[in-house]
Amino acid sequence: MSETTPTNKPQWAMVIDLDRCTGCEACVVACNVENNVATVGAEEAAKGRTINWIRIERYFEGEYPDVRVKFRPVMCQHCEEAPCEPVCPVYATYHTDEGLNAQVYNRCVGTRYCANNCPYTVRSFNFFDHVWDAPLQKAWNPEVSVRSRGVMEKCTFCVQRIKAGEAKAKDENRDVKDGDVTPACVQTCPTKAMYFGNIADPTSEVAKLSKSSRATKLLEDLGTKPKVIYLNEGE
Amino acid sequence: MAAALEQLTHTESKHEASHEVVSALRQPLIEGDKSYGEVTEDICSLLDKKPGVGWWIAFLSSFVVMSAGVVATAHTINTGIGTWGLNKTVGWAFDITNFVFWIGIGHAGTFISAVLFLFNQKWRTSVNRSAEAMTLFAVMCAGIFPVIHMGRPWLFYWILPYPNQRGSLWVNFRSPLVWDFFAISTYFIISAVFWYLGLIPDLATARDRTISKFRRGLYKVMSLGWNGSNRTWSRYETVYLVLAALATPLVLSVHSIVSFDFATSVIPGWHSTIFPPYFVAGAVFSGFAMVMTLMIAVRKLLRLENYITVQHLENMCKVTLLTGSIVSLAYLTEIFIGFYSGNPNESFVIINRSLGSYAWAFWTMVTCNAIVPQLFWSKRIRTSIPAIFVLSILVNVGMWFERFVIIVTSLHRDFLPSSWASYTPTLTEVTIMFGSFGMFFTFFLLFLRLFPVISMSEIKGVVHYARR
Repeated sequence: MSETTPTNKPQWAMVIDLDRCTGCEACVVACNVENNVATVGAEEAAKGRTINWIRIERYFEGEYPDVRVKFRPVMCQHCEEAPCEPVCPVYATYHTDEGLNAQVYNRCVGTRYCANNCPYTVRSFNFFDHVWDAPLQKAWNPEVSVRSRGVMEKCTFCVQRIKAGEAKAKDENRDVKDGDVTPACVQTCPTKAMYFGNIADPTSEVAKLSKSSRATKLLEDLGTKPKVIYLNEGE
Repeated sequence: MAAALEQLTHTESKHEASHEVVSALRQPLIEGDKSYGEVTEDICSLLDKKPGVGWWIAFLSSFVVMSAGVVATAHTINTGIGTWGLNKTVGWAFDITNFVFWIGIGHAGTFISAVLFLFNQKWRTSVNRSAEAMTLFAVMCAGIFPVIHMGRPWLFYWILPYPNQRGSLWVNFRSPLVWDFFAISTYFIISAVFWYLGLIPDLATARDRTISKFRRGLYKVMSLGWNGSNRTWSRYETVYLVLAALATPLVLSVHSIVSFDFATSVIPGWHSTIFPPYFVAGAVFSGFAMVMTLMIAVRKLLRLENYITVQHLENMCKVTLLTGSIVSLAYLTEIFIGFYSGNPNESFVIINRSLGSYAWAFWTMVTCNAIVPQLFWSKRIRTSIPAIFVLSILVNVGMWFERFVIIVTSLHRDFLPSSWASYTPTLTEVTIMFGSFGMFFTFFLLFLRLFPVISMSEIKGVVHYARR
């Protein structure tokens, strides 16, 4: 698993305030557009082969008519001890020194072992070559490679935006600060339920929020050390 | 040939007339009171005979099934893994089930040829040649699946550690799939060398006797100038012993490593420390069952009843009974730990397997692997050829389902209920599976025609066993 060597690089993390999430799925749409995520069609979706880098999980509490719905956006948790990483035979998925769980599409041979071993099932496999009905391909984000058949893909925390933010900070000869990097989902969230930043910087908003008494991590008992922190709903 | 047949019919009377049995406890390993010449004649005559109708029917049907598998595989590679029934949650199913199944089948060959050799079990001589051939072909079948299950199989060589111009990019030695590559390639190489080495003296015998020009040429090249001198034999036996010692650890290591694919993961139902011994026992179990199925067919079709006797089959039944009982113990241990651990994920796996949507597969597995082999406690069943034939096939049905149950039932109920899914195989996957059986039998039937099916040189060493 990850070697936790001390580094002065930023450690990217996300905080999601479940109290604010309305389950509107704007983040899902923003992600699809930003990252050239393919639409597989109804037939394939029914077979459980959708490609989603982020999804909204719904949980229902209580009996009708006293029903309460809870929403939880789930994307790659960028685990510090990611179960997907050691199993890949070709290092197509590995841990960067910025705490990201990276996926190298060009290197992926498609064993699907990573997806099997992911407790969150956030990895999507390209079962076929996907087609974008014209003129949708003209909306492709040129910063993100389009994945071919037989390749695994997943949330990157919008690594292209991270790289751009880091470059900007470097140009200005300073460390990255809050606001330099905003992934598409965070940018789009109408209720501002999502926060993104450098958790290694104690002054960053994510670092402060991660110390909240409401902070939890998904399936924390598995020891995966996720980098996505959920703020539970207050009662 | 006529003489040989006559020989068969007079076996009993001649046996009693000319030889005494040394001990009531010992049965001759080879029946029919064969002389060295008769052994050579019996085995070599099989090679020069024209294949019968039965062989052609078996061969052509195996070949057709294999070809269908090739077409289905080409379709998969051409179109994508989407031609299979997999989804985001269930990333492996038939592919890895078949892989583990075939690797398991191979284990009996190595067990018979190496472990039983070191333990001086003389009865192995009648079955080792075919069992080793079976190992070889089973490993070939197994090797196909890790390649074709990839999304981009044309890049399969990326899991090989070879010098490249990609800077420091190397394979991930922490991945069990890389360990698999080493385990399987080592296994294939050792099995092939061991099998070939054992064949050399027999190929020389066949070379000196055959009337076919093609065969003489083939055997001449393959027997490497074997002349049967004392020095040749001495070296041969030394190398054979060394190879047996090298192959023995493979019986344990190969399937242990295959089990690591599952045991090192975090998925409940996979993440288990008992997997290595459980898989090894299961492998020897299914392998012996396959040897029995094949040997019963071979002895009948090639009239080798004197060489592969009921005693041989009974011994194999005993191994099957032992390993089957170990497998049953593993099942019970899994169920016990599922509840004793107090981990809700673990106990859910047990409940889901036995009562969930794949319960039929689970109970097929339990019936065929835990209950059916217990019938081998009865000597009457252990010595009844039709009973052994049916039971050995049932064992392999059960062992196929065991891998299916482990893989699919563990995956389809993931940690988060939102990811729960189901799996149904497609025609493409089923065709590929049967295609692998077609390939196995095609190769095995060619082996029966091309090479001495029983190790003549080793049989001659035991032909006097329990005789005076």
